[in-house]
Amino acid sequence: MQNLGINVLFEGTTLQRLFEGLMMTAGIAFISIIIGSFLGIGMGLLRTSKSRIVQFICRLYLEVFRIIPILVWLFIVYFGVTNALDIHLDGEVVAVIVFSLWGAAEMGDIVRGALESLPKHQVESGKAIGLSFWGLYRYVLIPQAVRRMLPGAINLSTRMVKTTSLVVMIGVIDVVKVGQQIIERSIIKVPTASFWVYGLIFILYFIICYPLSKLSKKLEAKWEN
Amino acid sequence: MNKENHQVLLEIKDLHKEYDTRTVLDGIHLRVHKGEVIVVLGPSGCGKSTLLRCLNGLESIQGGDIQFDGESLVGSNVDWQKTRQKIGMVFQNYDLFPHMTVIENILLGPIKVQKREKKEVMEQAAQLLEKVGLSDRKDSYPRQLSGGQKQRIAIVRALCMNPEIMLFDEVTAALDPEMVREVLDVILGLAKQGMTMMIVTHEMGFAQAVADRILFIDEGRVCEISEPKEFFTNPKTERAQQFLNIFQF
Repeated sequence: MQNLGINVLFEGTTLQRLFEGLMMTAGIAFISIIIGSFLGIGMGLLRTSKSRIVQFICRLYLEVFRIIPILVWLFIVYFGVTNALDIHLDGEVVAVIVFSLWGAAEMGDIVRGALESLPKHQVESGKAIGLSFWGLYRYVLIPQAVRRMLPGAINLSTRMVKTTSLVVMIGVIDVVKVGQQIIERSIIKVPTASFWVYGLIFILYFIICYPLSKLSKKLEAKWEN
Repeated sequence: MNKENHQVLLEIKDLHKEYDTRTVLDGIHLRVHKGEVIVVLGPSGCGKSTLLRCLNGLESIQGGDIQFDGESLVGSNVDWQKTRQKIGMVFQNYDLFPHMTVIENILLGPIKVQKREKKEVMEQAAQLLEKVGLSDRKDSYPRQLSGGQKQRIAIVRALCMNPEIMLFDEVTAALDPEMVREVLDVILGLAKQGMTMMIVTHEMGFAQAVADRILFIDEGRVCEISEPKEFFTNPKTERAQQFLNIFQF
């Protein structure tokens, strides 16, 4: 058994540390997805507004997040904003802020697309039975939009989970960083350490993301009936 | 069938509607009495549907006045939410909410908008469904229904709000011919019960059977208002004659 590199995973607290790193990754992603989704629904409603100014601002917001790489956003907030405002923010907090804002921008676009794809007569028949603006959204439009936006929203969520690997760059110890530390420690004794550690990380990401796409399939099937 | 002595429920005075620079309605006058059935006829694009849509605020108007139940429906302080509960409307497209069952579709307005008791609305809904022969489809989703069934449910949904007037905007135009009858029968039944209605349709036989008066519109103007018998046998205007000729082979 001496030569089997897989043992590197079971030495000391390796597994526990990787798990802690995974929780950091999943935690940042999960919180950001929740915040981003709520902000995104608001964003999507704003983007269907008739006001040109509101439309322009929302559009600008989305494009700014699309054009500038997330890594740069992390740097801007972690180094730039904290410096300019003379405050200290932990890497984790910065990560949640950036990922939530990014999620809101992209989710807003998905919500807008879903709302706009609904037939116009749904709005009219909702109005015709006397529904208020909010009633119309709450009972008629949003429930239908949610069904349509699900594939896009799940896709965005898995992208957010994957992109959290960038937080290493602002000093957050996520699962990838823990993996690197373990590899560096064991590489001389176990030359195949990177294969096993990254292999496990691969499986861990899969374990987080797979249930998400499974969930979306299930919901789609449920709403189909 | 003279209902001219009844109370005036809806009065349209010199109604003007424009899209950008194109005039769609050019000075419409009409009085609808309680219990009266007005069928609106006219060539495509003459403004029939727009007229109905102006009556429940789905289109803004550029001039004139609409009085409903003694209150004006013109201006920015009209409480459309309240008014629309009294003006039921059924559209050409099957406009049921696809994510709700039949009964949920029917209950949404009465319970969420009118804040009525669920038990009482359920009873009314059951009666109405019985009347249109769809009691057994209460828990179906719209996509499990035929076009004719969907339209009958849409009518029930509007009726369950206890409206004072019903507007029908070409409700059979998108239907398979075999299903037109079942929907028209429901509307005929409503007319017999004394429901006030304005109906836009292309079914001439039905128009003649259901109408108290025919309103013939062309190019946004009222060309003729007359009783159906007179309109179909002896139209006063040349334009109406031409229109009727299209329907004769």
